[in-house]
Amino acid sequence: MIYVSHIHAGPIETWATILTVAATAVAGDVLTAGAMRRIGDLDRIRAKSGLGGAVRAVTSSPMFLLGVLSMAASFFSLLFTLSNVELSLAAPASASLTFLGNAFAAKLFLKENVDRRRWLAALFVCAGVFLLAK
Amino acid sequence: MKHTLTPQRYLILLAVMLTASVGDTLLSHGMSQVGPVTLAHLGLLLVAIRNPWVITGILCLLGFFASYLTALSWADLTFVLPSTAFGYIVVAFLAKFWLHEPITPYRWAGILLIVCGVGFVANGPSLTPHEAQHATEETAPAGEGAVTGGTQ
Repeated sequence: MIYVSHIHAGPIETWATILTVAATAVAGDVLTAGAMRRIGDLDRIRAKSGLGGAVRAVTSSPMFLLGVLSMAASFFSLLFTLSNVELSLAAPASASLTFLGNAFAAKLFLKENVDRRRWLAALFVCAGVFLLAK
Repeated sequence: MKHTLTPQRYLILLAVMLTASVGDTLLSHGMSQVGPVTLAHLGLLLVAIRNPWVITGILCLLGFFASYLTALSWADLTFVLPSTAFGYIVVAFLAKFWLHEPITPYRWAGILLIVCGVGFVANGPSLTPHEAQHATEETAPAGEGAVTGGTQ
């Protein structure tokens, strides 16, 4: 079967949709990561209370639910983006921007140790995103 | 710096990586059949979620979400997300050989840089120690603690 491409978005629309995917994904990631940090090790909870106990622990967290809402927004933005932008640009670019945004947000909100190694990684990712856009 | 992820936890990271990239590719294939969604035709998104490729993609992404949440419960967000970077290689190959999308040398170089960048993170500690976690780890059975982090 010959694949027929529907890709037609201009650069502004392309990057606006990719940025929307990334921004909502960062909000979702930080909220769910914060929720999981509060809930604790799921392997241990599952060993103690079973799979149902682990699912209850996760789904009863308001922070987690808010994170899921943000992720749902990100998912529909991704569907929208994938119908207009090539996958090999949209997927890595939005994921890379999500990674960069998460480095800042994790340091700011989750107090993670975003050290020199992780900032260096962020620079490499920035350069990678620049090349992806060419 | 100790870095002692168990084989089971590496398998969960592998699942995070593969399910995300395969899921994205299935979604892309499904959306190419649905056609372009515009602001004037947002109802097409409802058509999209009845497409078998999109449904399979969603199932893959659900698997991703379960393994992703599990990983987040014992590792930093800034460790788990970059760990999925090898998925970009899978996406690139799937996009090239299955969806027949052209991938320029610039794009290959970009993907390579991203993978190198996240490789730095993967070599570091996976969890920032916090006071509350110290207390939890002290009460945990020996060998259960995934990772003890530290400054570089």
